[in-house]
Amino acid sequence: MDHEQRVELIIEGAGCASCVGKIEGALKGVSGVVGAEMNFAERTVSVDGSVPIDDLIKAVESVGYNAKGTEGVSEDDLMDEKEATDLAYYKRLMREVTIALTLGIPLMAYSLIVGEMTVTTTTERIVWLIIGLLTAGVMYFSGKHFYVGAWKSFLNHSANMDTLIALGTGTAWIYSMVVVFFPTVVPDMARHVYFEATAMIIGLIDLGLALELKARGRTSQAIKRLIGLQAKTARVIRDDKEIDIPIEKVLLNDHVRVRPGEKIPVDGIVVEGHTAIDESMLTGEPMPVEKKESDEVVAGTLNKTGSVVFKATRVGKDTALAQIINMVKRAQNSKPPISRLADIISAYFVPVVMIIAVVSALVWLNFGPEPAVAFAIVSATTVLIIACPCALGLATPMSVMVGVGKAAEAGVLIRNGEALQTASKITAMILDKTGTITLGAPKVTNIHLVNAKDEDGVLHLAASLEAGSEHPLAMSIVESAQDRGLSPSGVEKFKAIAGHGVEGVVEGKELLFGNEKLMRDRRINVNGAIDAAQQMAAEAQTPMYFAVGGQLAAIIAVSDPIKEDSIEAIRRLQKNGIRVVMLTGDNRATAKAVANKVGITEFFAEVLPEEKSNKVAELQMQGEIVGMTGDGINDAPALALANVGFAIGTGTDVAIESADITLMRGSLHGLADAIAVSKATLRNIKQNLFGAFIYNVAGVPFAAGVLYPFFGLLLSPVIAGAAMAFSSVTVVTNANRLRLFKAQEH
Amino acid sequence: MLIINILGILLIAGIVWWFWLYKPADVSENSSDLLVTVKNGVYQPARLKIPAGEAASIKFLREEASPCAGTVVFSDLDISEELPLNKQKTINLPALTPGTYSFTCQMQMYRGELIVSDKP
Ligand SMILES: [Cu+2]
Repeated sequence: MDHEQRVELIIEGAGCASCVGKIEGALKGVSGVVGAEMNFAERTVSVDGSVPIDDLIKAVESVGYNAKGTEGVSEDDLMDEKEATDLAYYKRLMREVTIALTLGIPLMAYSLIVGEMTVTTTTERIVWLIIGLLTAGVMYFSGKHFYVGAWKSFLNHSANMDTLIALGTGTAWIYSMVVVFFPTVVPDMARHVYFEATAMIIGLIDLGLALELKARGRTSQAIKRLIGLQAKTARVIRDDKEIDIPIEKVLLNDHVRVRPGEKIPVDGIVVEGHTAIDESMLTGEPMPVEKKESDEVVAGTLNKTGSVVFKATRVGKDTALAQIINMVKRAQNSKPPISRLADIISAYFVPVVMIIAVVSALVWLNFGPEPAVAFAIVSATTVLIIACPCALGLATPMSVMVGVGKAAEAGVLIRNGEALQTASKITAMILDKTGTITLGAPKVTNIHLVNAKDEDGVLHLAASLEAGSEHPLAMSIVESAQDRGLSPSGVEKFKAIAGHGVEGVVEGKELLFGNEKLMRDRRINVNGAIDAAQQMAAEAQTPMYFAVGGQLAAIIAVSDPIKEDSIEAIRRLQKNGIRVVMLTGDNRATAKAVANKVGITEFFAEVLPEEKSNKVAELQMQGEIVGMTGDGINDAPALALANVGFAIGTGTDVAIESADITLMRGSLHGLADAIAVSKATLRNIKQNLFGAFIYNVAGVPFAAGVLYPFFGLLLSPVIAGAAMAFSSVTVVTNANRLRLFKAQEH
Repeated sequence: MLIINILGILLIAGIVWWFWLYKPADVSENSSDLLVTVKNGVYQPARLKIPAGEAASIKFLREEASPCAGTVVFSDLDISEELPLNKQKTINLPALTPGTYSFTCQMQMYRGELIVSDKP
């Protein structure tokens, strides 16, 4: 390489200004480096010279720092570049369209008004020769890409749309030139020229490509919006100074300041200040979320009220937003199984069409009326031109592109085309109770005193006992004690009795806390409290017995509140004919109460975590296509086994590995939205595939002249060109209709 | 007329042979540095050979502005990448079991094959 390159490195671990000299020195010592200049505030260094980046990184490491390359170009730049590429191509196509139609339209008009374009006199021959040469010019300026593409793929033993267009227009032109030069080789009646067809077809197909390109641009709007969420710069605090740097240069553990109205540039944890953050652009959750110290903030969300400083925990390609963009992009380009047939057909399509064209020409030559040669040429050309493999090939990808993007806008991340397709066919949905239907944050809702005198005393002892336990129910006891301002005492002889409860000694009192069975095992009389406990269970609370000194003191009921919109969302699923089944580790009574409240009639209660996947299998055995919804952590095996696993996230813990579909907000409406979007997308794909199949299945025989013997109808090649050009535009436009789709409610 | 019919039938036979029956020779290259150019409706080279059981990477260089050239899909491998214009894009492949994997554009018009075989 003879010209010099400039490489930019990001330096990590450079804490003082004196590092600058060392790093620059080390880099300048690498042979081939012409210059190195460090920007200490940004922690970047620009190196001039043509040296592999790895050598530069090694040199920096040799003096005790870490370096990494700036990771190529940002998504934003990539998107801009793609748009620029597309725009340039669009302009080129439109230029070609203008050239081709400038010749084609007057010729067309002439043939329509004056009639047959026959070649009889010498003057006519000269005029047509000039027009033939002009047409060749059009073929070169406007249609070169078809011929070059056709030739290259021919050499490669493959054939595509270019092949068909090149053959079709080429045949028409060559035949016309033969007529001009050697009129005598064709019968009198067949001395037509078809230059107008060649010019018009090229123009129309270029026009179709241009319109398709425009329409394609709209299919990627959702991803554009996601990419647009990224901030361009971040205000980091380094050496007690605040500086603005491009977000690619933010390092892990940098402290970043965000003021009201600004976007969060990278993921992090708040270390100072408090604010409300609008996360709706990512999660679809409309209410701003309060953030204080040690809360997480996510790149791309909008800071509303206060100024905060946070520590960067994920930067660059690791931020939740970058991962979401990546996932959506991948899913948009992946194919659902429904496209398989179309893919197989497209692979054989073009040679088959070529064979049909030859057969139809032969049939006309053998059995057709005079002028048979002209009919043969017209039908072969029309067959080649009308057959459109692109409509077939575009049918699925365009809809998937729009559908997956649409889902992402509603906070639903679909992993791939297969998940999208299967989600549209779900017949049964298993919902994990805790954290899915309910908030997953249990609270003490009732204290029923039996032998004890006051609630606070009971709660204080219970909380002291449970302080060391990590069970979610235990945490809820400890929290409500805190809420009442009760501080726990120390516990001795603490022991957890698996599946039953805990015991220990607090302030010299022997305490026992757990379920009814535990009490019976320890011969504690609970008879007087059974009714109260059953009453609580019937109200969807979980009753726990608390004994002090061998005597039942109280029943403490804990319940996990149902999410506000769970009932409505479950009704939406049921209205779609989906069998909704609830799954929980809780006892039957509590499960039944919750199920009743949310309108579910079927439930599995007392299911141990490791049995969850058995329940999925059980429904599958009954012939259901099963969706499983859980929080994605302890439900992983069940999510993986289900036909479609839905992980319900709280906020933005995206890319949950075992899930096919991730719901970024906690609401179950996301579930109904996901199914609605996938149904709409599949419907759209089917419309597209149906349209493309019918178009080719009906168009090709019509072009070959099947209708001629009955109705005297033969398609003109120009009409075929127009139909071909607009078939793919139609497919893309239909896919774009999906953008208007609205999930019913939020 | 007979001659024309015979020519037509030969033409059909030719199409069948050229596009379906004929298998071009493998283009095997050093697995560490495969470069596929996307231009004029084809991948060049369109047949690549890499050893099994080793991660490999293929560079794609798109030299054609047509949007069809803009995406390369390895459908068996669940890989789908956008190709920027006139810029090399490296696609990393995991270690693969022997077999033939096709790569195409979104519309299946550009087609290539990746032949993964055990080392001799
Ligand atoms: Cu087409």
